Amino acid sequence: MSILATQDTRVIVQGITGREATAFTKDMMDYGTRVVAGVTPGKKGQSIYGVPVFDTVRQALRAQPADASVISVPPALVKGAALEALENGIRLLVIVSERVPRRDTVEILEIARERGARVIGPNTLGLISPGRIKLGMAGGPVDDVRKAYTPGPVGIASRSGGMTTEVANLLTTNGIGQSTCIGIGGDPVVGSNFLDLIPLFEQDPETKAVVLFSEPGGVIEEHLAEYVTENRVRTPIVAFIAGRFVDEMPGVRFGHAATIVEGDRGSARGKIERLREAGIHVADAFSDIVRILKERI
Amino acid sequence: MRLLEFEAKSILKRYGIPIPEGVVVAGEETPVAPFSGPAVLKAQIPIGGRGKTGGIVIVDKDEDLKERAAALFATRIRGYRPKKLLIEEKLDLKREFFMAITYDTVAKEPIVIFSSEGGVDIEELAQGEPEKICKQHFTFRDGLPEHKAREIVAETGVTGKPLLGIGAVLAKLATVFIQTDATIAEINPLALTASGQLIALDCHLDIDDDALFRHPDIAAIAKDESRIEAAKAQTEFERQAALIDSVDHRGVAGRVIEFDGNLGLIIGGGGASLTAFDAVRAHGGKPANYCEIGGNPSVKKVQALTKHILSKPGVEKVAVIMNVVSNTRVDLVARGIVKGILEAGRDPAETVAVFRIPGAWEAEGFKILRKYGVRYCDRTVSIDEAARMAAQSAGRQSA
Repeated sequence: MSILATQDTRVIVQGITGREATAFTKDMMDYGTRVVAGVTPGKKGQSIYGVPVFDTVRQALRAQPADASVISVPPALVKGAALEALENGIRLLVIVSERVPRRDTVEILEIARERGARVIGPNTLGLISPGRIKLGMAGGPVDDVRKAYTPGPVGIASRSGGMTTEVANLLTTNGIGQSTCIGIGGDPVVGSNFLDLIPLFEQDPETKAVVLFSEPGGVIEEHLAEYVTENRVRTPIVAFIAGRFVDEMPGVRFGHAATIVEGDRGSARGKIERLREAGIHVADAFSDIVRILKERI
Repeated sequence: MRLLEFEAKSILKRYGIPIPEGVVVAGEETPVAPFSGPAVLKAQIPIGGRGKTGGIVIVDKDEDLKERAAALFATRIRGYRPKKLLIEEKLDLKREFFMAITYDTVAKEPIVIFSSEGGVDIEELAQGEPEKICKQHFTFRDGLPEHKAREIVAETGVTGKPLLGIGAVLAKLATVFIQTDATIAEINPLALTASGQLIALDCHLDIDDDALFRHPDIAAIAKDESRIEAAKAQTEFERQAALIDSVDHRGVAGRVIEFDGNLGLIIGGGGASLTAFDAVRAHGGKPANYCEIGGNPSVKKVQALTKHILSKPGVEKVAVIMNVVSNTRVDLVARGIVKGILEAGRDPAETVAVFRIPGAWEAEGFKILRKYGVRYCDRTVSIDEAARMAAQSAGRQSA
C-alpha cells in the first residue's frame, strides 16, 4: 500500500491547458498516473496528450469519474478551483500553485474538512508513490523520476519540493526504496503537514519508517514531538533539519515563505531538541539519514 | 508586510475602532500638536518593542516638542531610524486590554487571543496568569459576530459596561483581519480612559504579501520603499547580486547574503541551499556568501553571478551544489559557471571546488565540465559529501 493515492486513483487536472500543467500532465501519464480529464473554463473540446478538456469539473466528472484533482491555476483563481472540485465530491486535492493568499488556503481547508477531503499544498511539487502514481510535478519527467525514486518501505514528507527528490535519491542510491513521498508545500499553512501525515504512514502496513525533511520556522515540529509522545507512535521517524545557520539570522526569510525564525520561535535548535526529547532520530548530517534508517528497518 | 502604526490605525479608524487624536510628521516637517496638553511621540518603525528601547517619548506641555522630535528622528531604535513620527495626545488611562487575531498554523484556523491585561508581554502573562487570557478559533464561514467576541472577552472576567464596548471592538478587529487579508491584527493596548472611552493605543497589522493584489491601496504603501529605512543595509555585494537576478525573468539566481569566508557558493534551491550551507560549515568551510538558484536560470544570469562572486576579495574557489533537479537544466548552469569563470580570467578546473548538480540534462552538463577539466560528481555523491569536498578544496587553497 501507499498513502493518499494508488495506481487506481483517477485524476483530473484543473488548469490543464497552462504551460506548466500541460508538461506535468504528460510526465504523470508517462509514469502511469490515470489522468482521465482536464478542466479549463472556455476550453471544452480540446485535448491535451489525449486527455479530454472540459469547461467545468461537473462536466468532466460526468464523463470521467475521478477521485483526485491536481490544481495548477493562477493564485487568484485557486480558491474557486478548489471549491469547485470539493463541491463536486473530489476527495484529494493537490494544489501546485504558489503565492495563494493565506485566507484562501484556510477557507479551502474549512470546506475540505466539512467534506472529509484531503488537501496537499498549496505551493507543493506534489507526491509520488514509486511505481504506482505521481501527482503534480514531483521528480520531473519519467526518466528522472525512475532514477531517483524506487518502491520500498520508507515514507518521505518534506517542507521542500526539491529536497523530496533529493531524499528519495539518497535512499535509492543506498538501496532503500520508498512507499510514498510528499512535498507538503512551503507555505506557513498547508493542507497536510507532518502532524497530518504521520498517522497515515503509521497506519500503512508497507511503511516501516519515515524521513522528514524540515526547515526552521513555524511550530509544526514542536507539535509533532508532542503528538509522537502522547500517541506512542511506533513507526521510526528520522528528521533532518536544514538551515541551522538561520538561527543566527532571526527575521530573515529563506527559500520558502514559512522559513523564518521569529525571535526564538521556530529555531532549528529548538526543533531538534524537542524532536529528540520525543525519541525522533535527528540526523546531524544529511547522509546520516541512511545510517540511521538502516539500523531501524 | 507589516504596516507602520499610523498606517494600521488609519485602517482601524475606517472600520470604526476609535484611535487617539494625532498627527504624522516626517523628518523635514515642523512638528505641531493639534491638541493641548502633553503629547506622546512615537517612532514609526516596522518592529515591536519600541517602548522599552526609547522609541516612545512623552513630552510635557512646557517641553519643546520640536527638540524632542529631532532627537527621536536621530535615534536608531531596534535597528531602525524612524522616517516618520506619530504625535498623539496623551490620555488618562484607567485600564488596558490586549487583543490579537492571527492564524494558528497547526490547527489551520484563525485564532483570537484576548487578555484582560494589556500593554504587557502576552507570552509572559500566559505563563504566570493564564486565567487572564482566552484563546479561541473561529471560521471564515461564521466570522466573529459581536456575541461570539463578547463570549471570549467575558471568559477573562471582564464585565459591566466595558464588556459590551470591548466585544464590539474585537468583532470589528476580526472584520479588519478578514477584509484586509491580515496575517496578524493586534491592538495592544486597547485602553479604557478615565472618561470611559475605549481607544486603540497601538496597533500591529501584518498584511499577506500574496493577497496584496486584492488591496491596491495597501499595495501602494508596500511599494513605497522610502517609508522605512532598512535595519541592516544591503552590502554593495548584495545589491549588485540583486541586480543580476533582475536582468531577466528566467529562473532565480538570488537571495545573495554576504558572509566573510573565502569559498564562493552557487547553491540551490530553497531547501538544498540551507542543507549545503550548513554542510559546508560543518566540514570547516568558510562560505563567502549564501544564495539560492532555482527555476531554470539563464546561462547569462548564472555567468554574471559566478563572475560577481569571484570578484569578492579573497574568493579563489566556488562550490556549485544543488539537489537533484528536474526543471533546472544542468547543462545551462554548467555553461554559465564555466563562462563566468573564464570571464573573470580564471581557470575553471582550478576554480570550481566541486560541481554537484545531478538531474535534467546532466549528461550534456557533465560533458561541458569534462571539457574544462572541472571536478563534478553525480547523484551517488550526497550534498554533504560534496560540501566536504568543497570545504577541503577551499581549505587547501588558504593553507
